[in-house]
Amino acid sequence: MARYRLEFKGVSKHFPPMRRSDGEGVLAIDGVDVAIEEGEVVALIGPSGCGKSTLLNLASGLDRPSRGNVFVDGEEVDGPNEHVAFMLQKDLLLPWRTIRKNVEFGQEIRGLDAAERRKRSEHFLAKYHLSDFANRYPHELSGGMRQRAALARTMVMYPDVLLLDEPFSALDAQTKMVLQQDLARTLFEEKKTALLITHDLVEALAMSDRVLVMSRRPGKIIREIVVDAENRQDPMSRRQHPKIGPYIAELMSLLDIGHAEELV
Amino acid sequence: MPSDTTETPATAPSQPAKPAQGAPDGGVGQTLRRLSMAREFHLSVIVLIVFLAFWEWGPPLLGIREFIIPRLSNVVTEFFFMLENGRLLHHTWITTYSVLVGFFLGALLGMVIGYLLGMSPMTEIVASPYILALQIAPKVAFAPLLIMWFGYNITPKILVAVLIVFFPILINVLTAVRGVDPAMINLARSFNASRWQIFWKIEFPASMAPLFSGLRIGATLAVIGITVGEFVGGNTGLGYLLIEGEGQANTKAVFVAIILLTLIGIIAYCLVILMERWVLRYMPKRKFGDVGNHP
Repeated sequence: MARYRLEFKGVSKHFPPMRRSDGEGVLAIDGVDVAIEEGEVVALIGPSGCGKSTLLNLASGLDRPSRGNVFVDGEEVDGPNEHVAFMLQKDLLLPWRTIRKNVEFGQEIRGLDAAERRKRSEHFLAKYHLSDFANRYPHELSGGMRQRAALARTMVMYPDVLLLDEPFSALDAQTKMVLQQDLARTLFEEKKTALLITHDLVEALAMSDRVLVMSRRPGKIIREIVVDAENRQDPMSRRQHPKIGPYIAELMSLLDIGHAEELV
Repeated sequence: MPSDTTETPATAPSQPAKPAQGAPDGGVGQTLRRLSMAREFHLSVIVLIVFLAFWEWGPPLLGIREFIIPRLSNVVTEFFFMLENGRLLHHTWITTYSVLVGFFLGALLGMVIGYLLGMSPMTEIVASPYILALQIAPKVAFAPLLIMWFGYNITPKILVAVLIVFFPILINVLTAVRGVDPAMINLARSFNASRWQIFWKIEFPASMAPLFSGLRIGATLAVIGITVGEFVGGNTGLGYLLIEGEGQANTKAVFVAIILLTLIGIIAYCLVILMERWVLRYMPKRKFGDVGNHP
């Protein structure tokens, strides 16, 4: 049996009721099976509140599944671990730290010594064109630069699996495309495995090898589309690929169907 | 590796003054602003001079008698008289010392309990009715009780100040720790942060701005606490001099004491502001007339 980088096996997550009026609580996701191979980028789309972020919390070890198992490199995830790193829509930069100190945040918590931290952060600050802003505070940078600093903070940990939760959705269209391009190239060149959660159908298709579609709550995988187009490392040109149009049409109808089923 | 972009930093390094709209010369706008700030400063000084002049010559002109509002020059004379004969410096020092100690202890206690409650929601739920009750209780009403307990010395008035300073700081710290973005804490947890690291690297620094608003309020409240403590018991401090002046119908001495108490409050407040400037130096600058330089 092939060993997957990231694997969800029959995973369900049930949140117990907070108040008595909540009744049975909420079943966020129900029996999700996903297997992601090394170096593969898989996008996950679905209506809001379908449990996409729950899936991500399970993969990062911040939360445990109610049923089923999550594996990273064949090992069951039982807490945060250094193979997995995530990046969210919010940059989550600490306002009282300079950009350099923010990039070093994860390493600091993991207890790397100062010299090693400095070396690594220098490298990634340069790589993401932030060297000139290393000693600036987050509020002095534009949204795009802050998100790039967040990316540097994630990549500096050399994670095997990246969990990306709508990483670009707070950015303006132009900045978004530039960052998509940067990230796609990094993922491709360093053969990173990634799970990309997004609302943006074009982003999903332009950046991934496969697109998974989730249903409304309780979230299930209702469709898988293998994106049969080259140039995953170059989302800008992939956007114009002739196959992308039909895929979008298919996804749109799929998401509508999911909606209608829910109403019945 | 990321390609070059059209992004520019929100504040370019050594950014020249932005030209105001419609005014091609950016320097003019800035000069005008500086001029207007200088003018405001001059106006403030003029207001002060007018006020002092009115204090000196107003009361006699309006037929207000000396024991209601003494003239400025008489208050100044009384100040020097008290300095030489009334051990004014000694009393001022006692009050200043009590204010600083009471403020410091109250702030420390408020912080410690605020962080403890902030980190443990359970404790907060259990403790909240008592905290609320103590918050509503008029703290200065405890002054006589504290004197009965600790005697006529410096301790009871410091305790009044501690009680009164404690709450705004507790509440601000507690709210700040509660208000930390859970996603921020999850980020730290994803790096396997311990509870202590989460506190020390996220919750504590995140609480700094609200803590300092609490400290500012606390600095002024400490003076009130000490003054009331000195009213009620003891034979030292400016509050004591004030009551003594009142007993002797010495309005001038009362004015001297009020002015010195206010000065102590101003000094304590300024110390907090200075510390705040230093601790929160990462924050966007908020200056008068500084518009739109930051996002």
